[in-house]
Amino acid sequence: MPVLHSIQAEIGFIPREAVPIMANAMNLSRAEIHGVISFYHDFRDQPAGQHTVQLCRAEACQAMGARELEAHARARLGIGFGETTANGRFTLEPVYCLGNCACSPSIRIGAETYARVSIEKFDAIMAGLEAKE
Amino acid sequence: MSRFRIFVPADTTACALGADEVAAAIVAAARGRHIEIELVRSGSRGAFWLEPLVEVETDTGRMAFGPVEARDVPGLFVSGFPGDSSHVLAIGPVNGIDWLASQQRLTFSRAGWTDPLSLDDYRSTGGLRGLERALTMTAQAIVDEVKESGLRGRGGAAFPTGIKWQTVLDAPAEQKYIVCNADEGDSGTFADRLLMEADPFQLIEGMAIAGLAVGATEGFIYLRSEYPRCKAVLEQAILRAQKAGVLGEAILGSDRSFRLELRIGAGAYICGEETSLLDSLEGKRGMIRFKPPLPAIKGLMGQPTVMNNVLSLAAVSTILALGAAHYRDFGSGRSRGTLTVQLAGNIRRGGLVEIPFGATLRDLVEGYGGGTASGRPVRAIQVGGPLGAYLPEADWDVALDYEALAAVGAMLGHGGIVVFDDTVDMAQQARFAMEFCAVESCGKCTPCRVGSVRGVEVIDRIIAGDNREFNLQVLDDLCDTMDKGSLCAMGGLTPMPVRSAIRHFQNDFGG
Repeated sequence: MPVLHSIQAEIGFIPREAVPIMANAMNLSRAEIHGVISFYHDFRDQPAGQHTVQLCRAEACQAMGARELEAHARARLGIGFGETTANGRFTLEPVYCLGNCACSPSIRIGAETYARVSIEKFDAIMAGLEAKE
Repeated sequence: MSRFRIFVPADTTACALGADEVAAAIVAAARGRHIEIELVRSGSRGAFWLEPLVEVETDTGRMAFGPVEARDVPGLFVSGFPGDSSHVLAIGPVNGIDWLASQQRLTFSRAGWTDPLSLDDYRSTGGLRGLERALTMTAQAIVDEVKESGLRGRGGAAFPTGIKWQTVLDAPAEQKYIVCNADEGDSGTFADRLLMEADPFQLIEGMAIAGLAVGATEGFIYLRSEYPRCKAVLEQAILRAQKAGVLGEAILGSDRSFRLELRIGAGAYICGEETSLLDSLEGKRGMIRFKPPLPAIKGLMGQPTVMNNVLSLAAVSTILALGAAHYRDFGSGRSRGTLTVQLAGNIRRGGLVEIPFGATLRDLVEGYGGGTASGRPVRAIQVGGPLGAYLPEADWDVALDYEALAAVGAMLGHGGIVVFDDTVDMAQQARFAMEFCAVESCGKCTPCRVGSVRGVEVIDRIIAGDNREFNLQVLDDLCDTMDKGSLCAMGGLTPMPVRSAIRHFQNDFGG
C-alpha cells in the first residue's frame, strides 16, 4: 500500500502499465495487485480532475443537509459521483466521514477540509478555485 | 513591553472553520501594530462550537475569544487584543467556560493546553511518567495494572484491555506487534482524531508501554487517509519521539526497544474491523478473517498482536502514570474510567465531551449540546456510529454505559452521538444503513455482501407502498440472516439502525 500511495501521490493515479512492474518487483501476481487497487476507494486507475471534491454522505452530515448539498453539487458541476467535468477541473467523489461531524456538512478538497458547507459556501469555494486559474 | 503568547488550534475542524486564516491575520495585525507575539498552534479542546477559539496567556490564566473569523481580527486588535479586551467575541477565562469546566478531562487533559509537537510541553504536563514507571516493572506487573484499572477497549467492542494483553503476553513468539487502530470511520466520531492532533505523544507513550507489557518491539499506527492533517502531526511526533529517545533502540536510556511506524489506509470503512485492518496492513485487500484464531494469538504476519483503539492505548499512559486505582475510581458498574462522547450532526454546541460514566443521553444532547443547530425539536439520535441504533425520545433517559445501552437494544460503540431534527425521514436513514453496508462490505460473506443490496431494494419497495406488510416481513427475515450469519460487525450490526428505525418510527415507513 505505501507503494501504491506514493505512485498515486506522484502522478495522480496508478497506470495499468505499472501493475506488471509492481507484480514483478514484489513477487506477486498481477491479479493480486489489481485486487488491492480495486478494493480501496482511494486508488484510481484513471487520472482525476485538477481538484477532487470529496463530499461527505454519512449520517452526521445528512442531519445537516448533506443530501441537498449533494444534489446541488451534482447540478452545479454537471457530473455525478466518480465523474470529472469536461474541462478536467473537478472530480466529484463520495466520502463516508471526514471526522468533522460537529460542524457538518463537510467536504474535502486535497488536504483541506471545509466545515458547515452550505450551498452558498459550496459555490463560493468552487468559484474561488475556478478564479485561481 | 512583554510578549504575548497566543494560541490558535491547528486541529482539522478548527482549520475547516478558518483557523489558519485567523492565525495568519493575527500575525499580520500584530506586526502592523508592532506588538510582539509568540503564536502557538495548539490542539483543540473539542469545543467545536467555539472554534476557531483563540486564547491569550495572562497572569490570571488563559483568556478565550471565539468563534473568531479572520475578518474579526482587525476589530479584535482595535479593542485591545491581545491585552484586555471587551470585544464581543471575548469569552473571558478559558477555565470559566462551563461547557469545558464541568467536564472531567482525563485522556483529553492536555488537549488545547499544549503544543501537540512539543515534548517539553508533554513532559511538563506529566507526560512520560507512565513509560518511566513501566520500565521499572515486569511485563506481568504492567498487564496486571491495566487489568486492575478496568479499562475496556474504546473502539466499540469494549473488551477488557488487560485480558487481551495477557493473551499476547502468554503467547510464545519471536516477534510480537502492537497495532493501533486509528481507522476512525464511524460518522459522528472524531475523538481519536482530536487526541492524535492535540496530544500525539500520549498515544505514542501508550504504545511503547504496551510493547513493554507484552514483549513487542514493533508497532504500527493504521490511520485512515481521510485525516491528512492528523497524518502530518503523527509523522512529526514519531520523528521527534525517535530523536528524543522515547522510541527506537534504548527507550529512555533503558535496554528496551520499540519502533513505531505510521501506515495510511485508503478509504475503506471495513478496515476499522481488526482482522480486515491486519490484512490491509500486510498490503492485501482489507478482507475479514475468520476468528479464531484471535489476533492476540495470530495477528499481524501471523504473530501475536495487541490491537487496540487510539483512546485505549492513550489511556494506558494515564493508568501507568497515576495508577490503576485512580483510573478505576471514575465510572460506574462495569464501565470504568471516563466516558468520551462526541456530539455531532444537528447540534447547537457540538464537540467532544469527556465525563464520568452515568450521564444520560438527554443530559448530553440537551445539556451540553443545547439542542439542535436548526432550532427545531430533536426527533432521533443515533448512538454508536452507522451500525448503532436510532433512539426515540422514550429512550433518551437511559444512562450512557455499555450495559444500560445494550438493555435498550443499542450500543455505545465509539461514542458517536448524531442528532437529527424533526425533518428527518427515518425510512431514508434505514435505507442508507443498508446502502452504506453495500458500499463498504468487504464481500467475504454472503449475508453482508448480498443482504445489504437486497436490503436497499426491499426498503425501496416498502417506501413505495408495494406489498408493505409482506416486505416488512422479508426485511425482518433478512435482518435476522445478516445478524446471525455475518462474519463481522459490518453485516452483523447493519440491522441495528434498520430495525430501530422501523420499531421506533413506524410512521415513516408508509402505511
